[in-house]
Amino acid sequence: MIVYIMCFLLFLVGLYGIVTRRNLIKIVISFTIMEFSVFLFLVLIGYIEGGEAPILTKNLPENVNFVDPLPQAMVLTAIVIGLATSAMLLAIAIRLYKKYGTFDIREIKNLKG
Amino acid sequence: MSTLVPLYVILPLATAFLIPIFGRLIKGFEKALLSLVLLFLTLLSVYILFNGIQEPIVYAVGGWEPVNDVPIGIHLVLDGLSVFILLITSLIGFLATFYAISYIKKYTAENNFYALLSLMIAGMNGVILTGDMFNLYVFLEIAVIASYALVAFGTEKQELEASFKYQILGGVASLFILFSIGMLYWKTQTLNMADISNILSGKDQDFFLLFTQVLLIAGFGLKAAMIPFHAWLPDAHSSAPSPISAMLSGVLIKAVGIYAILRLFFNLFMISYEISIVITVIGALSMVIGVFLAIGQWDLKRLLAYHSISQMGYVVIGVGMGMIIMVKGGNLSIASLAIAGGLFHLINHAVFKGLLFLNAGAIEYVTGTRNLKMLGGIAKDLPVTTSTSLGASLSISGIPPFNGFFSKLIIIIAAIKGQFYLLAILAVLVSIITLASFMKFQRYAFFNKKTFTRKVKEVPFTMCFSMIVLVILCLALSLLAIPGVREVVLTPAVDVIMRTTEYSSSIIGM
Repeated sequence: MIVYIMCFLLFLVGLYGIVTRRNLIKIVISFTIMEFSVFLFLVLIGYIEGGEAPILTKNLPENVNFVDPLPQAMVLTAIVIGLATSAMLLAIAIRLYKKYGTFDIREIKNLKG
Repeated sequence: MSTLVPLYVILPLATAFLIPIFGRLIKGFEKALLSLVLLFLTLLSVYILFNGIQEPIVYAVGGWEPVNDVPIGIHLVLDGLSVFILLITSLIGFLATFYAISYIKKYTAENNFYALLSLMIAGMNGVILTGDMFNLYVFLEIAVIASYALVAFGTEKQELEASFKYQILGGVASLFILFSIGMLYWKTQTLNMADISNILSGKDQDFFLLFTQVLLIAGFGLKAAMIPFHAWLPDAHSSAPSPISAMLSGVLIKAVGIYAILRLFFNLFMISYEISIVITVIGALSMVIGVFLAIGQWDLKRLLAYHSISQMGYVVIGVGMGMIIMVKGGNLSIASLAIAGGLFHLINHAVFKGLLFLNAGAIEYVTGTRNLKMLGGIAKDLPVTTSTSLGASLSISGIPPFNGFFSKLIIIIAAIKGQFYLLAILAVLVSIITLASFMKFQRYAFFNKKTFTRKVKEVPFTMCFSMIVLVILCLALSLLAIPGVREVVLTPAVDVIMRTTEYSSSIIGM
């Protein structure tokens, strides 16, 4: 159970970073931390105590327990999507830096009201 | 029939990949292809709708049939509710694309615009059709990542800032959703929505499920920009190019926000009193606070964006009231009236808010500004824009015979019959403030003294065409209130929602 709680704490660390950081790049990093805590959680729910990798090979021992392969497939898909999100975020952050000359969100505030 | 279902995803997705390849070689390829594809999908939805769907049409992707009654593949499910939302996506998508043909000429990289637009539509159609939780997440990300790029399409200071804000909040929402999908899988060991619903149907509401549902409300509430989660919407919707604003406000927040909430909380989970109260309160807050935030705005598109929040509140209270009545075991005909009102307002909002954003785009196109203080006196020069925006404004503020009046009326009647008097009063008040706000828009944008000297003339044909079609729809959709027409369009969608737990039995036959 402790692993799940640690995983949720990591999620909250990422959320805290997004809320409190002032630097665009640090916000992106916090976002990535949050993202990976979710991936970790997905892998954890498929884990079985003493489970083998879910690959059929010739000399498998008797009564072998496989870990659940479906969350692993989900995580691979989610990582690819996460890559797209991070690339998009960083691309926008770079364009913002070119326009404003700073990564500080206190100076990037044209929009309000 | 079931072979036609994946076309809703395949055609826009194929278009998105064909446009960058052939768009450079053949002139006008991208415009023609995307318009034709979306026109075809609109006609297909109308055809399916009028043929009537008694049973949901299920398509097993890749031919993976259930093994020992356990569904193992991804299902695409087309039922009364999906086809109703698909009609909105395809129709508004088609009109926005047709409008964009003239509008988008001022930007470079037209091909990328059309490719991203069709990718967004493919993602939304996927969200609407899918019957698998993880697949829902994948399609949702396709739709929203395309929309992040489209919001930043102008690559000016404001667009980039809005896009970054939208991405962070949207990304957090997606992670909430992914996290709760993980929780659901942990609990039920399956991802198929019908199967999950089947497993959950016997169980009591425990802490674990409640936590999952709260996460899902936060996630989809962020996507739908309900009030505590609304911060990104006014920036993103006002910074995007106008056809995209029409798509985001008219379709995206409904398809990935409201539709997902409807599907999950009626058909997947057992409806519970706590959750229905939360949904109704969020809806009422959005309705009231959204309109008060809107009234002080001088930026035309920001004003419209805040009204989107407020009008989505009407949809959510309609649905939420229906949910409360059903949980309490009250009169089911009142519940179905409330839900029908909500869904009716959903399609009406797609039409009139799409039209208003297209009007805002037309005004920006000819005058170069969208600050209401700098506009005025353009009514004579822009007859089409003026008359269509007048129709849309009357429609959103609920003046008969426009469609907005009838859907608000149904919601208010349902509220009074179900003894939600406070909600009924709030709905009337918000409607009056909306009217005031749109009178300000009409006066300052079109009829005031002219404050600028630039010569203006009416917008090109494709922009006029989309706006005229939408204003005709604003009037024509009033017909949905008449019994006889309502049975064809609204009743199948309401039935899907009302028959909560039959969703699973009708799809996997258990």
